[in-house]
Amino acid sequence: MEFEILGNKDTRSGFGEGLAELGRTNPNVVALCADLTGSLKMDAFQKEQPERFFQAGIAEANMIGLAAGMTIGGKIPYTGTFANFSTGRVYDQIRQSVAYSQKNVKICASHAGLTLGEDGATHQILEDIGMMRMLPNMTVIVPADFNQTKQATIAIAEHQGPVYLRFGRPVMPIFVKPDAKFVIGKADVLAEGTDVTIIACGHLVWKSIEALNILREKGISAELINMHTIKPLDVDAILKSVSKTGCVVTAEEHMMNGGLGEAVSQVLSRSFPCPQEYVAVNDSFGESGTPMELMTKYGIDTQDVVNAAIKAIARKA
Amino acid sequence: MENSALEKVASQVRRDIVRMVSAVNSGHPGGSLGCTDFLSFLYFEQMHFNAESFSMDGIGEDLFFLSNGHISPVWYSVLARAGYFPVAELGTFRKLSSRLQGHPSTDKKLPGIRMASGSLGQGLSVAAGAAQVKKLNGDKGIVYTLHGDGELQEGQIWEAAMYAAANQVDNLIATIDYNGRQIDGDVEDVLSLGNLAQKWQAFGWNVLEMDGHNFANIRENMTKAKEMCGKGKPVVIIMKTEMGQGVDYMMGSHKWHGVAPNPEQLTAALAQLEETLGDY
Repeated sequence: MEFEILGNKDTRSGFGEGLAELGRTNPNVVALCADLTGSLKMDAFQKEQPERFFQAGIAEANMIGLAAGMTIGGKIPYTGTFANFSTGRVYDQIRQSVAYSQKNVKICASHAGLTLGEDGATHQILEDIGMMRMLPNMTVIVPADFNQTKQATIAIAEHQGPVYLRFGRPVMPIFVKPDAKFVIGKADVLAEGTDVTIIACGHLVWKSIEALNILREKGISAELINMHTIKPLDVDAILKSVSKTGCVVTAEEHMMNGGLGEAVSQVLSRSFPCPQEYVAVNDSFGESGTPMELMTKYGIDTQDVVNAAIKAIARKA
Repeated sequence: MENSALEKVASQVRRDIVRMVSAVNSGHPGGSLGCTDFLSFLYFEQMHFNAESFSMDGIGEDLFFLSNGHISPVWYSVLARAGYFPVAELGTFRKLSSRLQGHPSTDKKLPGIRMASGSLGQGLSVAAGAAQVKKLNGDKGIVYTLHGDGELQEGQIWEAAMYAAANQVDNLIATIDYNGRQIDGDVEDVLSLGNLAQKWQAFGWNVLEMDGHNFANIRENMTKAKEMCGKGKPVVIIMKTEMGQGVDYMMGSHKWHGVAPNPEQLTAALAQLEETLGDY
């Protein structure tokens, strides 16, 4: 299958456009930001809906509490800050005031993972998917490109309950059709194949698309699943694919511990034990560098997906 | 409501508290007894609410958030006595599958509770958010909170304090249970709050000081607090209380913060508290 590149944009801009559209269409949507309005691309919403935009300042714990309180009275709060400050910094606030209290808060996190780049490890959170998927009541979404991030941003307003929406900073190719429908918990099969199943999320979906072409040249037929929803996980899509291919590669811009790969392992170990290789960061903090340099150095680049696929296939039978 | 009627409510609530914690040999009687007069006043005189058909959104109602969730016994008793749920349910406190969890929660749908609390310092943020949405909705209801004084050691309280003042959240009345005690001892020794009134003033709040065991004084200050609403500043009430108020052997110490009376101690406590509205 050939993938048409529809343009190049950052996923955070997809969030910004989706939020601005929600501002125009859903009067219950309110937005909060902790001094990163420009970085989160929330300026359009702020400009168009000033009475529904709340600047929390550099006080993320308070922002999460405010958002939880704003659900009381029927609003749908979207909080925006970097992924590190959206999760690790405020885990207890999310746990008690949002997840346990079942509040309809959408925690929107930009600059996730290594591709935040030059700012370095203090800001490059690689544990957030793990933390968020451990929380009962929490839905965890990691869209793949600009269009999908916009679609997901709009879709989660219709979902009653806490959501963690993770996206990033680098400009990446757009390949999801602008009119595609985003369904929470329903994975997209991007390419069909018979030798190996590649399950990816976020920026690693594009890297996996690039890997598909290299694998094809090697005579390997890979199936590619865009697992944009980490929780609830689309178990049926995983089992349907692996029952055909017999091995799996998971690919994510996250720590190996706690991420998409582990979530998939849980499904496989219970229902369809088979070889799985992980493309993920292996128990390490990041560092300063360009996004693409970092992806290469930390083993989450196109070639890593290719190598993992070859290894997974070799481990079959 | 007459002061004598409020005193009757408070006496029964205090009986409920000591019976609830004693029955499961756990829970927090000290702060609960100290805040009994305040919460009785809040629910039996101050606030406008619909106990019979509880709604999470509370449109048109006053809202209350208990930020120091460990004093759940007093809140549960007052909620039940105010008609939110059957008084008999107080007997399930802290027992398996009860709606009356050790710390307040929403997951079991106990009417009257809109937010889980227990991990300290989060309630003021939640209340400020709820208060801002009331304004956005054109809802005249007032949002009330209660906090422990030890709880003010949590940094999030001061984030919320700064935010509420900067954003003129003036439909918010926070009360501090200023009993001077926390688990490890006197607040002054554990981590002094310094000049608390000046701190809140410096953060941009209207500050009132109140005797939490004198209904006339509570009424005077709560009326004043309400009158201050809508004028650009949030209101905080520093409420002087005695931990364990109403049970002589629990007063004057931090010892009964989180310890339940044994059967003999319960008998001694109940002998000091008149049964006014009927035990559950």
